[in-house]
Amino acid sequence: MNKLKRNVELLQGNEACVKGAILSGVRFFAGYPITPSSEIAEGMARLLPQIGGKFVQMEDEIASIAAVIGASIAGFKSLTATSGPGFSLKQENLGFAIISEIPCVIVNAQRGGPSTGLPTKPSQGDMMQARWGTHGDHSIIALAPSTVNEVLTLTIKAVNFSEKYRTPVILLLDEVIAHMREKVEIPAPEEVEVINRKKPTVPPEEYFPFKPDQNGIPPMANFGEGYRYHITGLIHNQKGLPTSNPQEIDSFIRRINNKIQENVKDIIIYEKYFLDDAKIALIACGSVARAAERTVKLAREEGLKVGLLKLLTIWPFPSEEVNRLAQQVDLIIVPEMNLGQMVLEVERASRGNCEVVSYSRVDGELINPIEILGKIQEEIKK
Amino acid sequence: MKTVINNYIREEMFPNIWCPGCGNGIVLGAIIRAIDDLKWDKNKIAMISGIGCSSRITGYVDFCTMNTTHGRALPFATGIKMANPNMKVVVVMGDGDCSAIGGNHFIHAARRNIDLTAIIINNMIYGMTGGQYSPLTPTKKFGTTAPYGNIDQSFDLVKLAKAAGASYVARGTVYHVRQLTSLIKKALNKKGFSVVEIISDCPISYGKMNKMRTVVDMLKWIKDMSVSKKAWEDLSPEEKKEKFVIGEFLDIDRPDYTELYSKVMEEAQKMGVSR
Amino acid sequence: MKENKLIEIYQNDSVKISVRKEWCKACGICIEFCPKDVLAADEQGKPIPININECIKCSLCELRCPDFAITVEGGE
Repeated sequence: MNKLKRNVELLQGNEACVKGAILSGVRFFAGYPITPSSEIAEGMARLLPQIGGKFVQMEDEIASIAAVIGASIAGFKSLTATSGPGFSLKQENLGFAIISEIPCVIVNAQRGGPSTGLPTKPSQGDMMQARWGTHGDHSIIALAPSTVNEVLTLTIKAVNFSEKYRTPVILLLDEVIAHMREKVEIPAPEEVEVINRKKPTVPPEEYFPFKPDQNGIPPMANFGEGYRYHITGLIHNQKGLPTSNPQEIDSFIRRINNKIQENVKDIIIYEKYFLDDAKIALIACGSVARAAERTVKLAREEGLKVGLLKLLTIWPFPSEEVNRLAQQVDLIIVPEMNLGQMVLEVERASRGNCEVVSYSRVDGELINPIEILGKIQEEIKK
Repeated sequence: MKTVINNYIREEMFPNIWCPGCGNGIVLGAIIRAIDDLKWDKNKIAMISGIGCSSRITGYVDFCTMNTTHGRALPFATGIKMANPNMKVVVVMGDGDCSAIGGNHFIHAARRNIDLTAIIINNMIYGMTGGQYSPLTPTKKFGTTAPYGNIDQSFDLVKLAKAAGASYVARGTVYHVRQLTSLIKKALNKKGFSVVEIISDCPISYGKMNKMRTVVDMLKWIKDMSVSKKAWEDLSPEEKKEKFVIGEFLDIDRPDYTELYSKVMEEAQKMGVSR
Repeated sequence: MKENKLIEIYQNDSVKISVRKEWCKACGICIEFCPKDVLAADEQGKPIPININECIKCSLCELRCPDFAITVEGGE
C-alpha cells in the first residue's frame, strides 16, 4: 500500500528548486531579478506567503544575501538565488555567513561570463568562484544537479547541509538545468529528510555561541529565543567576541575549515556509470554530465570501455574517489563548459596515476555526446 | 557605582576601544538610557551594525547583537525583522557606512518603511581608516584624502530620509545629550522606519585635520554650530552653510513593511495553494 | 566579574560622585562642560571633584561620558 502522496509534475529546473526549498523547510527568500534564475524568486514570491513564509525583493544582490543571513539568524531557513554577476556581488556576505556560521543556501544558475557575459546561455565558469570567490581561507559546500529531479533533491540536500554544518551552501545550476523541463516526482513531505540546526541544550548563562560540539559545529540559538550573544565578521572567540589571540584565531580558522573537510564522507555525493571495467573515465557535472552519460552508451556500443563519474558534490572536491579512479583507468577526460576549471582538481587528485585531459567549450553552446565521443577517439589514436 | 548602564553592557568588553572623547560612547549611553526608559525585554532587542568605529557599538551591549559588513547593516536587519517582527531591531551606522557604501540600502529601507530604527553616528569622517572624507564631510573641510579641502557637496541625511519615505526623522548631537536620548527614544518607539542622525566628534581624525585639536574643541564646535529648528529659519543661506539644524523633522504614521507583508500572507492564504 | 574596579568615590551629604579610573580615558569632557566647575583634572587628566558642594546633580558629566566612567548619585 503506497500511502505516500507523490505528485508527478513537469517542472522547470528553477521551479524544482522552489519545490525542494519549500519541502526542506525554507521559509524566507530574498533576491534580486537576474536571468536565468528569476523564476526561483517568482515561485518563492507566490508560494512562501501561502505557507507562512516571507519573500522580499531587495535593492540589490548584496542586500539579498544579507537579508537571507538575517532571517536565518532569526530562525527561518533561508535561500537566495542569482546568476554570475549577482554571484560576484554576493561573495562579500557569503564570507560573512561562513565566518559567522549562519546556515543559508545560495543558488547560482551559471551563465557565461565574465561580467554580463552570456545571460541566456549555459556555462560552468563559476566552479572556482564557488570555491574561492570570497576572500580568506575557508571551506565551502557546493552541489551541482544535472537533471531537474536532482535540482529538487539537491536543493533539499543543500538546505540540510547548511543546517547540519552551520555553513552557507552553494547550489550550482547552469542555464540549461535552470530552464529545461523534465518530469519530476515530488516526494511527499513526510518522506523528505529534513535536518534542523542543532539548538543549545544549556541555559543562556552557560551558552558559548561558538563553542563546537564533538563534531566541530556549535549549537545555534536563534535571535529572539532568550539567548543573547554577539555575531561578528571579525575573527571571534567562543563567546563570539572579537579576538586577536593567535591561538584562538588559529583554532577558529581551522575549525570552520575542518567541520567540512572532516565530513567529506557525508557531504560528497556522486554517481558512477559503467565504471567497473572502464579504462577511460569521464568526469562531469551539471548539464554536461547528461551528455557524458549518453557518450558512455555510444562508446560502449563501439566496444570502448568508457565510464562516467558524475559529480553531484563539487566542493569539497571528491579527491579520494577521483584518486581511486585514476589508479584504475588509463585516461580521464573532463568535459566542461569553461576553459578547464574542474580538470585542475582532477589532475591534483589523480596524482599522476593516469593521464588527465580537458575538453572544454566556452561558446555558450552545450557540449554534445558526439563531440565527447570524438575526443575519446582522438585520445585513443594518440 | 551601579547605574542603568550596567544592566545593559558586556562589562568584560570595557574599557571600550574608542579614542578618548569619541562620541560613539556618548551615543551608546544615550541608546541604553532610551531603551531602559522603554523597559524593553533585552531578549527581544537586536542591535545590528556595519563596519567602522561606530560598528563596534554592538559588541558592548547585552542584546542579540551583530556586527555585519560595511554598509550592509540595514539589509541584515531587514531579514531579522521580516523573520521575527516581534523583535525590536536597532541599526547603528557611521556616516560613511550609512551614506556611502550603504547609501542604497538606506534609501530602500526608508522606502519600504520597514520597522527599524537607524541611528547614524555622523562624525563627518572615516575614522577607523584614518580620516578620509565621507559623503557627510562638509564642503571645504579637510580629510586625509581631501588635503586641499573637500570639493564634494555633502548629503543632508534628514532630507534624504524624508524624501525616501521614512516615518520619523530627527537630528541630535552628542553635546545635547538629554535631547539626544529623547529623540532616540521617540525613534525607537516609532512603528516604521525611523532615523536619528547624530552629529558626533572624531577628535583624532576629523578634529586634527580641521583645527580642532582637542575633544573639548570639537564638542564646543558642535555646540556652537548646532541650532534649533526655530533659530534655523532666521538664518541666511550663508549662515546656514556651517551649521547643523537639530530637532525633529518628521513624525508621521504609515503602515510598516512587516504589517503590509502580513496582509500579503493573509491574501495568499485566502487564495489558497494554486499549485 | 572582577570586584576591584578601581572606583574612586567622593561624597557629601547629598551627592556621591564615583569615578571608574580604569575606564576613564581623560578626555576632559566632564571637567570642561560641568556647569558648576565641580571637577578638575588630576595628574593623569582624570576628574576629581574639587567643589563637590557646588554639584547640582544635573548628571551631565555622567550623560556625556563616552566611557561610563563617572556617575552622580543622590539626585531625586
